[in-house]
Amino acid sequence: MLSRRSDLPLSKDPATRFLPWLIAFMVYLAALAVSGVMVLERVSSDWEAGVSHTLTVQIPPGENEAKDQQTLANALNLLNRTHGVAEARAVPLSEVMTLLEPWLGKSETVGNLPLPLLIDVELTGSAAIDLPQLTRDLEKIAPGASLDDHSLWLQRLIQLVQSIQMLAASVLGLISFATVGTLIFTTRAGLALHHSIIETLHLIGAQDSYVAGQFGHHAMVLGLKGGIIGVGFAVPTLFVIGYLASRLESTLLPDLSLGPIEWIALALLPVLTALISRVTARATVQRRLRKMI
Amino acid sequence: MAEKQDIVVRFENVGLRYGVGPEVLRDISFQLRAGSFHFLTGASGAGKSSLLRLLYLAHRPSRGLITLFGQDIATAERTKLPLVRREIGVVFQDFRLLDHLSAFDNVALPLRVAGTAETDVRKHTDELLSWVGLKSHMDSKPPTLSGGQQQRVAIARAIITQPKLLLADEPTGNVDDSMAFRLLHLFEELNKLGTTVVIATHSRALIDRLGHPVLTLKDGHMEASGPVFDPLARPGVKPHSPGRGH
Repeated sequence: MLSRRSDLPLSKDPATRFLPWLIAFMVYLAALAVSGVMVLERVSSDWEAGVSHTLTVQIPPGENEAKDQQTLANALNLLNRTHGVAEARAVPLSEVMTLLEPWLGKSETVGNLPLPLLIDVELTGSAAIDLPQLTRDLEKIAPGASLDDHSLWLQRLIQLVQSIQMLAASVLGLISFATVGTLIFTTRAGLALHHSIIETLHLIGAQDSYVAGQFGHHAMVLGLKGGIIGVGFAVPTLFVIGYLASRLESTLLPDLSLGPIEWIALALLPVLTALISRVTARATVQRRLRKMI
Repeated sequence: MAEKQDIVVRFENVGLRYGVGPEVLRDISFQLRAGSFHFLTGASGAGKSSLLRLLYLAHRPSRGLITLFGQDIATAERTKLPLVRREIGVVFQDFRLLDHLSAFDNVALPLRVAGTAETDVRKHTDELLSWVGLKSHMDSKPPTLSGGQQQRVAIARAIITQPKLLLADEPTGNVDDSMAFRLLHLFEELNKLGTTVVIATHSRALIDRLGHPVLTLKDGHMEASGPVFDPLARPGVKPHSPGRGH
């Protein structure tokens, strides 16, 4: 399918010799940008799904541990009776210590600190909760208790992720623009170099599409080669990034490895590059040939 | 009406200039009937090549009317021109062979451009290369062939589609006498099959020997010349009022 008889010696053009490598570089950068966009999309969705139907209740610790436990039990009782709450559970101290680990490190002494009592509340999602009323009710049982629905944190986080996504998409757009520009320039160089042959083909009855098709096929093959090389280099890079991220063992960093859909999208990049190359070359040639009689 | 359909080429007051330069062809008017055979002659710079370029649609005229196979070329859409060109076989003076292709692929080019099935391409090309004596050179690239061999490849490429109109610019310039007359005999055979032939040549001997009508160009004008140019005596050529000298 890829090797096809051509009337034009395009494969011997000096201008196209380095084109696959140039495309490979562009595709490599594009693959990293695309992966970044996809991973961030997944991470923000995960975060949103993880916190959008939850509340966290924080009760400040008192002097008396037995009284604290009673307050906690009362608060749990209230929450579990509230319409719209699926389940409220006290977060064990060990889990609280794990959450604090990125800031305070692993130490037994952390447990001796006056840590707040936390309650994880899972909402049903179907019923709306009157948060101000719930806060007032909690205040009566546990003075100083606060209720966090994560909306502000989530909003800021999503804004950050969206900004990074837009940046990555802009980079992707610039890479595509540069690739198309390079293809147009190379095709024009080929047209100038083979002007005499193209004129001969025209004079024996070749239509513009016949000549454009040969340029298009050649560009498609180069695009596919460049795409495969680019993705070939991008895959180990992404593995290394994923490996380095996993070594951090941090609860702050989400899973940065690619899923099956992301890998399929990456595998399609060379095909997309080949198609863009073909369309660009064909359009460039046809536009130029319209100037011939 | 029947006579009109019989006309393959019609020029009416045609002028041609390149860019903003002077007119290299002026007030050219003539018409050629289907199946005619003409020589086109004139001194160097008289406009023979320019007239041929108009005939094989490398240029549109600066003024006047050109009709090929009944189609007005001066105003025809460019998307229609390739189909008209496929009815025209051209032997260029500089051959215009594609050096990176074999002799076989060069000859096969017009068939492939026209979308002919590859089995037919192979059959016709083999036959024609055998006929012009190049069967043993069909895989050779033009730069490895002699001038005469290249010329035969160019001629084979021009006639492989059995064109309605065959134009040749000095087609026997690089071959010996024996091959020259063999090639001209081939042109005459094609002519007998209905192809209209126009051969540009300087060779008076060739013109005298074959005795076909002559179109003579002088300083960009067409003038009838030579004893063979007699529209009443010779079928095929029809002089047309040139519309000059007013």
